[in-house]
Amino acid sequence: MKTVNQPLRKKDAMALVTGQPVYTDDLAPADCLVVKLLRSPHPNAIVKSVRKDAAMRVPGMEAIYTWEDIPQDERRFTLAGQTYPEASPYDCLILDRHVRYVGDPVAILAGKDEACVNRARKLLKVEYEVLEPVLDFHTALDNPILIHPEDNWEALCPVGADNHRNLCAHGVDSSGDIDQVLSECDIVLDRTYHTKACQQAMMETFRTFCTIDVYGRLHVVSSTQIIFHCRRIIANALHIPKSKVRVSKPRIGGGFGAKQTAVSEIYPAFVTWKTKKPSKIIFTREESQTASSPRHEMELHVRVGAMKDGTIRGIDLHTLSNTGAYGEHGPTTVGLSGHKSIPLYGKTDAFRFSWDVVYTNVQPAGAYRGYGATQGLYAVESAVNELASILHMDPTILREKNIIHEGDIMPAYYNAPNTSCTLDRCLRKAKEMIGWDEKYPVRDMDNGRVRSVGLGMSMQGSGIGGVDVGSATLKLGDEGIYNLIIGAADMGTGCDTTMAQVAAEVLECDFDSISVFSADTDISPYDSGSYASSTAYVTGKAVELCARQLREKICQLGARLLKCEESQVEFDGKRVFIPGTPDPEPSKSQTSIPALREVSLMDIATASMAFNDIALECTVTHTSELSPPPFVVGAVELEIDLETGETTVVDYAAAVDCGTPLNPNLARVQTEGGLAQGIGMALTENITYNSLGRMAENSLMQYKIPTRLDIGKIRVEFECSYEETGPFGAKSIGEVVLNTPPPAIADAVYNAIGKRFYELPITPEQIAMAVLERNNRRNIP
Amino acid sequence: MLIHVNLNDKPVSAEIAPDLLLVDFVRQHGCYSVKRGCETSNCGLCTVFLDDRPVLSCSVLAARADGKCVTTLEGLQEEAAEFGAFIADQGAEQCGFCNPGFIMNALALFRDNPTPSVEEIREYLAGNLCRCSGYEGQLRGILAFLDWRKEGAV
Repeated sequence: MKTVNQPLRKKDAMALVTGQPVYTDDLAPADCLVVKLLRSPHPNAIVKSVRKDAAMRVPGMEAIYTWEDIPQDERRFTLAGQTYPEASPYDCLILDRHVRYVGDPVAILAGKDEACVNRARKLLKVEYEVLEPVLDFHTALDNPILIHPEDNWEALCPVGADNHRNLCAHGVDSSGDIDQVLSECDIVLDRTYHTKACQQAMMETFRTFCTIDVYGRLHVVSSTQIIFHCRRIIANALHIPKSKVRVSKPRIGGGFGAKQTAVSEIYPAFVTWKTKKPSKIIFTREESQTASSPRHEMELHVRVGAMKDGTIRGIDLHTLSNTGAYGEHGPTTVGLSGHKSIPLYGKTDAFRFSWDVVYTNVQPAGAYRGYGATQGLYAVESAVNELASILHMDPTILREKNIIHEGDIMPAYYNAPNTSCTLDRCLRKAKEMIGWDEKYPVRDMDNGRVRSVGLGMSMQGSGIGGVDVGSATLKLGDEGIYNLIIGAADMGTGCDTTMAQVAAEVLECDFDSISVFSADTDISPYDSGSYASSTAYVTGKAVELCARQLREKICQLGARLLKCEESQVEFDGKRVFIPGTPDPEPSKSQTSIPALREVSLMDIATASMAFNDIALECTVTHTSELSPPPFVVGAVELEIDLETGETTVVDYAAAVDCGTPLNPNLARVQTEGGLAQGIGMALTENITYNSLGRMAENSLMQYKIPTRLDIGKIRVEFECSYEETGPFGAKSIGEVVLNTPPPAIADAVYNAIGKRFYELPITPEQIAMAVLERNNRRNIP
Repeated sequence: MLIHVNLNDKPVSAEIAPDLLLVDFVRQHGCYSVKRGCETSNCGLCTVFLDDRPVLSCSVLAARADGKCVTTLEGLQEEAAEFGAFIADQGAEQCGFCNPGFIMNALALFRDNPTPSVEEIREYLAGNLCRCSGYEGQLRGILAFLDWRKEGAV
């Protein structure tokens, strides 16, 4: 392949490294009203009154809106960016009299600058009726305190939701008789794991600006992964026709799923729609940490049944997920905790996966890279690691006996076939990379430190099977240039570039002759958006098919210019030609002028602009019933200081099967970045609430994402399968890469100090205390 | 209050509020490369040079720049493109939002220490957070740039 699978530079790279003004706040008009929110200090309260007269007297203030400006009985909506009808319940208002977490908006303020809005916000007098909150998600189900008692709460899909039970979703999926199978097992390991509501912490916080366009429509420019869903959400929130809303995205400063929820859009949209003046909102880091869309906190109860020889016969998983105050992505994230973990073990006779998703009075959760699979894989992979040590087996050998292979049917993955898979090779590769056989389980470094290894596996999907839609428009212009127009959102991932690589491969053209545009609801063909690891696989295939169709159209016009049948011509990227050698002696009946045998792409492009009725552009929409999983095996080498508990990732080795990497550089950096996020989740990224429902980790001072001193060495190798249904064999890469560090690191900690932790993150304090306890026990005669 | 700043080699005089932060001052004067990532001086995105020394402009009052030279990536376009190309060749710029601060601080490193070791690179740039790349691609780009510069000097 000439363009696909080549390590090409991202098309926007030089603009980004030279600091060009390409992000939302760089593009906002200078005269934007500054929009800020007054947020609730209480986790559960009714706003009785808001006195805004003093605040409105601050010079420069334009407007202050409260729940009294929003009909409380109007239809609710969800901020979750999902295909309609959304699985997430309609449980939001722009401003709700009932505030449900510390940070829930109470008032929207708009003024000429930040200073006046900040001053006005301090002058707002709010009277609350403070209610008792539900802060512990174990107590949420059937608690007499209801998070959403309102009558206009609505579930559009049958996800087992019941707002009178604080239940956002409930369900069971199973195959075989799990109770029978577990009763026949030699050993049934029964463990419970807990993960926190980790933050995506993309460097660009949530932000949006809005203007009214020349046609009186609302133009929303936002840092979003989901332009089309955003259009619907904003129209639903404002109760205006969708024809009145246009959404565009500029460059995005990172998303990781955070921007698959319309966290910031509705507030400036409301202000601009009301005032007809441009407005913008820029979330502070504190707002991004405390009032956005983090990972769902989950408690995962796993039972794994196995025989003494290491055959894993059944997995029973129950997931309790905390969706917080609102249900964005609640019913769907939980599904992946089982459907993307249990299928790794392909030889089981039965499985059961059941779940409850509950409302509480904490920050609502959303979509974060991995989307539930991360939590499920931490639990299932940790359980398998512990099972191995109980069976006195090397955990890699245990896996070799049990993992899924290409061609297997996956009962816990909707009975889909495993169409492309090198998981077995990835396992071998990761072991070899980390030096497993020499280092497992632990080595004493004779300096108060030990070095241990641990391993975990991961799978994800490639788009949402049977749902996600990707589209591409390609057109030929003057001199043979191409425009590729997509609705997928490059958020730094490089999909503008990889999509152009696919198009250039098919069109046999120079990569630079393809210009890419994304994404705008008025211009782009429909795309579900960039989430669920869909872009490479779903939109990528749409681009491939679109480019093939455009080739046919080029041949059609070329044949007309050559005055022959379309079936007689071929296209090689530069010209349309009639293959073979011309007849040396034309018959006398023909003219003396030799017939044209080829026409250049440039001449075709020129001809298309005069007396032409063949459109040299096309749009193709693609979808897939299948969602072929990519796979990763990750192995860590940890160093632990037994005195202080200081834990250092010395080396992280990952072997990846993403099918064909469309761009090996970008696939590698995706992997390295995902692993770093997984390392953070395992070791440093904590979320804690006090008894008043306030979160401690409200800044990057407290919420410790890894620095470059914290990640050790990260190494990535590709073990490529070929996915027949993907573009040039590609599957997804974006999410699967985050999931291995939590189980790998947790097991390495066990291998180092002999203590298992069932909650993340595992902190130095916990490790030091565990070592101390162990030493104290040893000292007792 | 009135301040006089040499911003990217151009004299700028401005009437400012005493509590105006340097990050907001430079953005108001068209230097949009300078980003705010955290407000708590943890992320390094807002790095600019104040009299050629890297500072976090979210934690410096604009008034402190009075009579001084302020340099942002807008004033270092050639250097940024020259070094940035090596980051781009790794695909390590990713979303790009942390790039200006990271590149400013990397340029400061190369001025302070033209031949840094891997440990010195990690140490110097520890305050520049990146959530996309996992840092490895940035490191590869830096090392490739240093190699290229070394070869060029021979």
